[in-house]
Amino acid sequence: MAELLIEARGLHSYYGASHILHGVEISIGRGESLGLMGRNGMGKTTLLKTLLGLVRPRSGEVKVKGVPVTQAPTHRIVRMGIAYVPEGRGIFPNLSVHENLVMTARAGAEGRRDWDYERVLKTFPRLAERLSHGGAQLSGGEQQMLTIGRALLTNPDLLILDEATEGLAPKIAKEIWQIVRVVRASGIATVIVDKNFAAVNAITDRNLILVKGEVVYCGASSDLRSKPEVHQKHLGV
Amino acid sequence: MDPAIFLIQLLNSLQYGLLLFLVASGLTLIFGIMGIINLAHGSFYMIGAYLAFSLTAAVGNFWLALFLGVLLSVALGLALEWLLIQRLYHRDHLYQVLLTYGLILIFEEARSLIWGDDVHGVQVPEFLNFSIPLTETLSYQVYRVVMSGICLLLAAAMYFLIQRTRLGMMIRAGATNREMVQALGINIGLLYRLVFALGIALAAFAGMLGSPISSVYPGMGNQVLIVSFVVVVIGGIGSVRGALVAALLIGIADTFGKVLVPQIAGMTAYLLMAAVLLWRPEGLFKRA
Ligand SMILES: Nc1ncnc2c1ncn2[C@@H]1O[C@H](COP(=O)(O)OP(=O)(O)OP(=O)(O)O)[C@@H](O)[C@H]1O
Ligand SMILES: [Mg+2]
Repeated sequence: MAELLIEARGLHSYYGASHILHGVEISIGRGESLGLMGRNGMGKTTLLKTLLGLVRPRSGEVKVKGVPVTQAPTHRIVRMGIAYVPEGRGIFPNLSVHENLVMTARAGAEGRRDWDYERVLKTFPRLAERLSHGGAQLSGGEQQMLTIGRALLTNPDLLILDEATEGLAPKIAKEIWQIVRVVRASGIATVIVDKNFAAVNAITDRNLILVKGEVVYCGASSDLRSKPEVHQKHLGV
Repeated sequence: MDPAIFLIQLLNSLQYGLLLFLVASGLTLIFGIMGIINLAHGSFYMIGAYLAFSLTAAVGNFWLALFLGVLLSVALGLALEWLLIQRLYHRDHLYQVLLTYGLILIFEEARSLIWGDDVHGVQVPEFLNFSIPLTETLSYQVYRVVMSGICLLLAAAMYFLIQRTRLGMMIRAGATNREMVQALGINIGLLYRLVFALGIALAAFAGMLGSPISSVYPGMGNQVLIVSFVVVVIGGIGSVRGALVAALLIGIADTFGKVLVPQIAGMTAYLLMAAVLLWRPEGLFKRA
């Protein structure tokens, strides 16, 4: 397998007294696309936050590119080449679209600058038309494009997308999936969380299913497609 | 009103308002961006004035003293944030009020130990120590004009920093979504420390700049603190632009109030605040 961008073992995370992650193991290789699945409240977001240091695990270890970062501050972890598109998007409403984009634009961890301002605007022409708008004036789909554009401008090796199509009209969601394909094709690894399991499965190399903070399934996407009973048991409603 | 007197009052209000802006802009940033109620903010104004007094005596040059004073106050701001303030971010406002009120007491006591309780004065720099005649009997001191010019330059620099630079964007972003700022690779702890030190240095600088015309005396920070809070509230919490407008308004209300309606001179700032809040409960400007 290619170099591991993220390698985490035995993660136990809590919110106060509630035990959310129960010994999760996860790894993401360079250029790989991983679909993280699970019903509501199973701990997907908590796992992502734990990897980024936004939630500290009570035990377990996180390594980024082979370096232990379990206690490292979030800003240092993401500067090793991770970009995060959070649930709810996290745009800055009091900054303009232009400012949201350029505020943290930078070369990647290895000095790559594949994504610059022009390329992002070409990829998201809707944003180009609204550069001076406040972040809060955008539609949901535009806000999502803004967070993805902002993430790409940090030239990451890994892009984490948490519920990127949530609340979007099917047509807009389709546009987002198309962009994710472009990102994938550019060699950036992705971790994708989405309610649309079929879409996630179709776009990713590997799938991981969380049930109540435990990994119950991990395998190739094609493998999951041939196991409707796994799908039914852990993801069906 | 005689035009010359009117001009003098106008220049005085401008000068007072701009100085007030330097203090209040730091207060509004620290409150609006970091969520910290800094009651000790006025103390830094006082510390600035005392630093100007001692340093001018020590190095023999007011401007060099200003420069050294700014360096010292930045260092003080960084140290205090590291030592105390950073422990307050996740706490209730009550803790902030208690701690920063404690700081006022400590700073007053330290001031008393170091400088005593006498009133001091700082000499107006030699080459600015003359007045421009306006009429046969009235004139205006040049230092006051230069002071306002320096304040205006600083206001412009602040505007540029906050509205036009990436650091300014991060400062504004930090006010709305701390977690996301970190997740984009920004060291928010360091960012807050810088904002705090900037605010402290501005207040201290105002104290230094004003020292030649206001004299240097115990408790001089307290009155400034209260008026600065009024400025922050009128301008809209977190808005530097609002602080500028509000400080100028208060400068005008206070200066002209003393001349036109001396009976209520001490209240004009508060009356202005009440009027603005009735009209706009969130202040003139929403956060920057
Ligand atoms: N800040 C918090 N404090 C306390 N409990 C929390 C917090 N955030 C999430 N939880 C709880 O932790 C559990 C896991 O939440 P998490 O957000 O990780 O799930 P998820 O798989 O991302 O769900 P969803 O599909 O709804 O986004 C849930 O039971 C949730 O209620
Ligand atoms: Mg979630």
